[in-house]
Amino acid sequence: MNFPILSSITFLPLIGAFFVLLTRSEKGQGNTGAVYISIFTSFVNFFITLFLWYTFDNKISDFQFVEEISWISGFIKFKFGIDGISILFILLTAFITPICIISCINSVKTRLKEFLIALLVLETFMIGVFCSLDLVVFYLFFEAGLIPMFLIIGIWGGPRKVYSAFKFFLFTLLGSVLMLVAIIAIYWITGTTDVTQIYEIKIPQEFQYLLWLAFFSSFAVKLPMWPVHTWLPDAHVEAPTPGSVILAAILLKMGGYGFLRFSIGMFPFASEYFTPLIFTLSVIAVIYTSLVALMQDDMKKLIAYSSVAHMGFVTMGIFTFNKQGVEGSIIQMFSHGLISAALFLCVGVLYDRTHSRLIKSYGGVVHILPKYSFLFMVFALATLGLPGTSGFVGEFLVLVGTFKVNFLVAILASIGVILAAAYILWLYKRVIFGKLENIQLKKIKDVNLSEGSILVVLCITVLFFGFYPDPLLETMKVSVDNLINNYNLEITKRITLK
Amino acid sequence: MLAIKFLIPEIFLSISIFSLLMIGVFIKNSFEIIYRLSLFVIILIILIILSGDSESIKIFSESFTIDRFSLYSKILILISTFFVLLMSKKYIVDIKNNKFEYPIIILLSILGMFIMVSSNDLILFYMGLELQSLALYILASIDRDNIKSSEAGVKYFVLSALSSGLLLYGCSLIYGFTGSTNFEEIANSKDFNVGTIFGMVFILVGLAFKVSAVPFHMWTPDVYQGSPTSVTSFFSVVPKAAGIAIFIKFMYLPFRDVLNQWQYILVFMSIASMILGAVAAIGQTNIKRLMAYSSIGHIGYAIAGIAAGTENGFKSTLIYISIYIVMNIGAFACILLMKRDGKYVEEIEELSGVSKNHPMMSFGLLIILFSLAGIPPLAGFFAKFYIFMAVIESEMYTLAIIGLVTTVLSAFYYIRIIKIMYFDEPKKPFEKFVDYKIHGPIVLSCVLLVSFFIYPSILNEIVSNISIF
Repeated sequence: MNFPILSSITFLPLIGAFFVLLTRSEKGQGNTGAVYISIFTSFVNFFITLFLWYTFDNKISDFQFVEEISWISGFIKFKFGIDGISILFILLTAFITPICIISCINSVKTRLKEFLIALLVLETFMIGVFCSLDLVVFYLFFEAGLIPMFLIIGIWGGPRKVYSAFKFFLFTLLGSVLMLVAIIAIYWITGTTDVTQIYEIKIPQEFQYLLWLAFFSSFAVKLPMWPVHTWLPDAHVEAPTPGSVILAAILLKMGGYGFLRFSIGMFPFASEYFTPLIFTLSVIAVIYTSLVALMQDDMKKLIAYSSVAHMGFVTMGIFTFNKQGVEGSIIQMFSHGLISAALFLCVGVLYDRTHSRLIKSYGGVVHILPKYSFLFMVFALATLGLPGTSGFVGEFLVLVGTFKVNFLVAILASIGVILAAAYILWLYKRVIFGKLENIQLKKIKDVNLSEGSILVVLCITVLFFGFYPDPLLETMKVSVDNLINNYNLEITKRITLK
Repeated sequence: MLAIKFLIPEIFLSISIFSLLMIGVFIKNSFEIIYRLSLFVIILIILIILSGDSESIKIFSESFTIDRFSLYSKILILISTFFVLLMSKKYIVDIKNNKFEYPIIILLSILGMFIMVSSNDLILFYMGLELQSLALYILASIDRDNIKSSEAGVKYFVLSALSSGLLLYGCSLIYGFTGSTNFEEIANSKDFNVGTIFGMVFILVGLAFKVSAVPFHMWTPDVYQGSPTSVTSFFSVVPKAAGIAIFIKFMYLPFRDVLNQWQYILVFMSIASMILGAVAAIGQTNIKRLMAYSSIGHIGYAIAGIAAGTENGFKSTLIYISIYIVMNIGAFACILLMKRDGKYVEEIEELSGVSKNHPMMSFGLLIILFSLAGIPPLAGFFAKFYIFMAVIESEMYTLAIIGLVTTVLSAFYYIRIIKIMYFDEPKKPFEKFVDYKIHGPIVLSCVLLVSFFIYPSILNEIVSNISIF
């Protein structure tokens, strides 16, 4: 494979963004040229990614499509490559971005051109994160995503946008700088920042604990885990709908991906050592944030807290170190990417019409928006993990994996599943059913073509992977096995040494 | 005399300065012609230096070194002076400061810096330092009818004279205890007793003052704010480059064997500068004052590289200062565009909502500010990355962690400006004009900062040939 397909899917959106920059916005009519270019770019990117998925060989555990060029002379290579885990995230990114761009047409009223540029640049950085096989390259893309996201929240956000944008930026930056120290330290310990080489060289055990904590600080903020999750509700509430979608669907997944690729792969001992910490934080996240979600009166905030709870399942699954747990957490991330994106889009549909996110200003929506109510119901049920939706597969596998390792944690996490049902169904009841009391609501129209089509596409995907998760499982199977085997090998080696 | 041929840049510079002075005296209203000739002179010297061979050689009984290190510093000084002079033309004319002395004094200070970075001897070093400092005092107060500018000049003069005195005292102590003023001989005198260490500390104080490192930074905010913006932009880049260069030379040449003595002083200076630069800038309302604190912070990072005490350390500092120059020139070019109703404004609030009316300028400033904050993939990130590579190589984890945490703090005030430009309600637009002399440097600076990540080792390759020893 000589064609640099990973670089092309990474940098294609950047080229698209450049062309969008060249378009001229017409007064009053919006900027159709910019919209068409960005839709075209993101769709081309999605189809290339599908092609990539098709050509991807899921029987090989090594990294595929590896590209390597000398970058910082002598010591750092610009290295790209994917395995069965990262390709799913790339697929998710390439799938969600066109959806976001289409949803922009309805929800972004000012400076559409700049918004599209920010989204496309962000797509480049996100795909770059999942492709990179070098710590410095990874860090570069991981951090660079802050710039467009900061602008998206700050320029197009709601009333408290400044506070939220600053909180988002500074929280994540503070989390990541420690990772930079750790990356440089790894370079001086092992002599390389190439992930595949570090897997083989193996970092000495005594260094692993501190390095793990440094990486943890970054991923925990990004994921986010309790107690550093507080930036997420603010950022979600104030961000415009497409911004929330990107944030929930993809940016959060970078943290989980980081745990899988770096924490477990590079620091097996430390990962084992800190498992109780992760379990504790995950259980708190699942139960506490679900309870918090119950009490919210703002729809976006409720979904934001539910994201934190779902991410709790993800971390729990990753650190079970067994097949079901890890596979479950990856599916959970994938399906949460679809479901939370859809939920934010649903809220966005209402918000665009009434400019209110408060639950109490709705009620009886089913009488005027029947199609919308149906779609919303599918995603609400998917959130609580109804069998037949992709949410079920992830949560079920994670719980199975956790039961094998720690009975108590699994029991406590199951309470979270019940709470999830409580908050989402209660939300649905208050918004959709009941009497139509708000007169303002009577005038609004049901979903239009663009809104309807993206929601239907998401709905079909959620149901498809709920009934038939095999394509996802098959893709990642070998890579996950490889990850767990390497981990177990290291751990048993130490036990025999003792 | 064979040695003369190595001095061609300096000799050419001196002759041009005096000829320009003569032209200025005998031709009326000669600012325009002298301004153009000075730019021409700078380009010529760059060409002379680039065309010459870069062998390292010591002349005048080993008191004057010409090597890759000094040539690199000189090129840096020349290029940054060229851009600063280029973009400040409109400003100088607008504030009616277009006296013919202005470019000449700038050239004179460069001459001082040339002597300083090439010196291999305490006496020559001091001569160069004083020549540049005297020129800088005049520059600070060049807008002599403006009370703030005069105040800045006097403040700078008094404090700087004090630090020069300390520095000279340090030089005499070192001469007294080692019996030599030559850098090599000082390094080779094996017995470094308390007297020499004292001398070294005094010299460190003087140098720290010149590059405005904490705790000798007090003059910076006032002088930056009081001087005309064109002079501030000069102050924030050119003397910094020269000062850091001679700082490196002192630490790595005469005092290379007493690393354990100066390392902690530098670590302290570095941490203090980084923290003060980050914290004190948060409350500023004047953008020039903010840039003063920002430059204090950046000098902290540059010193962190020197403090590493390794070859990678000083190379990373050279890279840092080069990228810093690119960023600061761009930032000051943007500040020079802040003109409303015929008056230049300096308050950060005046930038409110500027992205609506001046999208290109604010986008340029956005890139520069994110780069100053050190966010990847912009060049500012790589500058910091190289510094921390060197720092962690020397296993100074505390310095690295404090340094990186202060980048988060300093990111706060940089993104605050972005917030004001992009999130706030627009005010009356600035005067619209297109002047390639100002817009050119902004575009160039942004292009360099953004495209740096494509080939980030370009500066490493240039710097890798440099050695001081």
